[in-house]
Amino acid sequence: MSLPIDRNPTAIYLGALLLLALLVVVSLLVGRYPVPPETLLALVLDGSGDEPVHATVLFSIRLPRIIGALLVGGALSLAGAAYQGLFRNPMVSPDILGVSSGAGFGAALAILLSLPVIAVQVSAFLGGLGAVLLAVTVAKAAAKRHEGVLVLVLSGMVISAVFTALISLMKYVADPESKLPTITYWLMGSLADIRMADLRAVLPFLCIGILPLLLMSWRLNILSFGEDDARSLGVNVKVVRFATVVASSLITASVISISGLIGWVGLLVPHAARLLVGPDHRLLLPLSFLLGGMLLLVFDAIARTLLSIEIPIGIVTALVGAPFFIFILKSSSRKLT
Amino acid sequence: MKRNEKHIECSGLSVGYDSRIVVDNVTMDLRTGEICCFIGQNGRGKTTLFRTMLGLIAPIGGTIRLNGRPLHRWSAIERARMVAYVPQAHQGVFPFSVRDVVLFGRTAHLGLFASPGSHDRKIAEQAIEMLGIGHLAERPFPEISGGERQMVLLARALAQEASMMILDEPSSNLDYGNQVLLLRKIRELAQYGIGIAMATHSPEHALQLEARVAAIVDGGLRVWENATDALNPEDMKRVYGIDINMASALDAGGKPLRFLYPISS
Repeated sequence: MSLPIDRNPTAIYLGALLLLALLVVVSLLVGRYPVPPETLLALVLDGSGDEPVHATVLFSIRLPRIIGALLVGGALSLAGAAYQGLFRNPMVSPDILGVSSGAGFGAALAILLSLPVIAVQVSAFLGGLGAVLLAVTVAKAAAKRHEGVLVLVLSGMVISAVFTALISLMKYVADPESKLPTITYWLMGSLADIRMADLRAVLPFLCIGILPLLLMSWRLNILSFGEDDARSLGVNVKVVRFATVVASSLITASVISISGLIGWVGLLVPHAARLLVGPDHRLLLPLSFLLGGMLLLVFDAIARTLLSIEIPIGIVTALVGAPFFIFILKSSSRKLT
Repeated sequence: MKRNEKHIECSGLSVGYDSRIVVDNVTMDLRTGEICCFIGQNGRGKTTLFRTMLGLIAPIGGTIRLNGRPLHRWSAIERARMVAYVPQAHQGVFPFSVRDVVLFGRTAHLGLFASPGSHDRKIAEQAIEMLGIGHLAERPFPEISGGERQMVLLARALAQEASMMILDEPSSNLDYGNQVLLLRKIRELAQYGIGIAMATHSPEHALQLEARVAAIVDGGLRVWENATDALNPEDMKRVYGIDINMASALDAGGKPLRFLYPISS
């Protein structure tokens, strides 16, 4: 990349954390119902406020949404960074193995069956993991004759296509008055309905997925350098690859089960992070999480303040994400291909 | 052979991809402290043979043993402590620094969840110093030249502290001067007691290294115990398919030197 290699990771991390704190405070204050800064300060300091409605807006609606944005953006970006390393391809996003279309199918099916919200989330989660499982199984059957990584990507594409077709089928048969809009809205992604209970439900899955990725990040470095290299250097490629796929799919499926489909972030953020701290996954994975969380927070703030109606966040990530990605490509293009 | 001497042993080995045999019935061994140069035309299976000896692909038939134990019963990490690999230089995708790439060599000495510590960094620095690539240490690996990358991968193999090294055409991207320097380093490594298998396109390298020679001829492997026996016009014609002659001269110190040259028709 075009930046010199002697970057100072400590300063970058410190800067990122400060910016994060600032963004959280700003996000708490802005919105359809603006809260004055002094009210926030009073609420935080002695728990009192002039109006109880402020506390409700801040802590029951905005705070879960902010934490949700941080977790969803962070998880998608961390998974994207891990996948880009695993597949040795900077153009890979966390749904390369079909997790998004599988989750979309799960959600659409549950909505079609008029199941409650919690069941929609569980169904999306299971659909996402199921799709990846299918892709891995298909890849295994074909892996004897081809290189592992390539087969995995191709199986992911096939499984994605199948589930995308199934989603279309469900939209086609869905009641256009009631269910079709719900399915469409879910597929566009939204952080508006995230409550504390949702966050508590996905947090354990996020931890279970993120921890092994952080622990194995040195091995992931070697694997991102080349498969033959990794094996001759003593990396058990099968174990590291399998664990990375399982862990990344787990965290991706858990967050999209509460947010719906949010594209771009997981593809885009790892590039920005790599530009800042280099390709070492020990630094790259945590920074991708931080930057991804911040970016989605900003996108969500735009989604809920730009127009008088809320714009689905999936649309914002694509509209704002695309030019941002082109900008990153421009500053790093020398080494991407 | 001494009991504690480490060795790679192939017997009746057939290598290839998908049951298509490329090199058949390979029987040879490689011990610590010795150099064996592998020669043969392009695409005749040197890399395939090496990848099989490293356990990267399964043999089609026959056996490979490391220290007497079948290769497939070694775990990846055990194998990596015993045999290091210097592949033909590739670019890599992500811009790791040269120092990081050399440090990768320490992985075989780390637990599954561990990162290299100060001891590992010291060994990597020594390897960088020994190969004289200190000036490259901070540069991104994909941005240095092909020849420099080969030196970096050799440093990585050195940091791996294995008893054996398998080098796939380490000199192919080097200019004449750097080829000479590389051969000196390889001799030094052998003197440290490392066993070296090295593919090369210049049979004269075997003469300069006073190495054993293994040549892929007619889909099999023929092994000579010393280079002067191997490099005769008849056998070189069988290996390369062209007429080659040999000349000798004395150097300033009266030491005999031998050269190969093609005969123009």
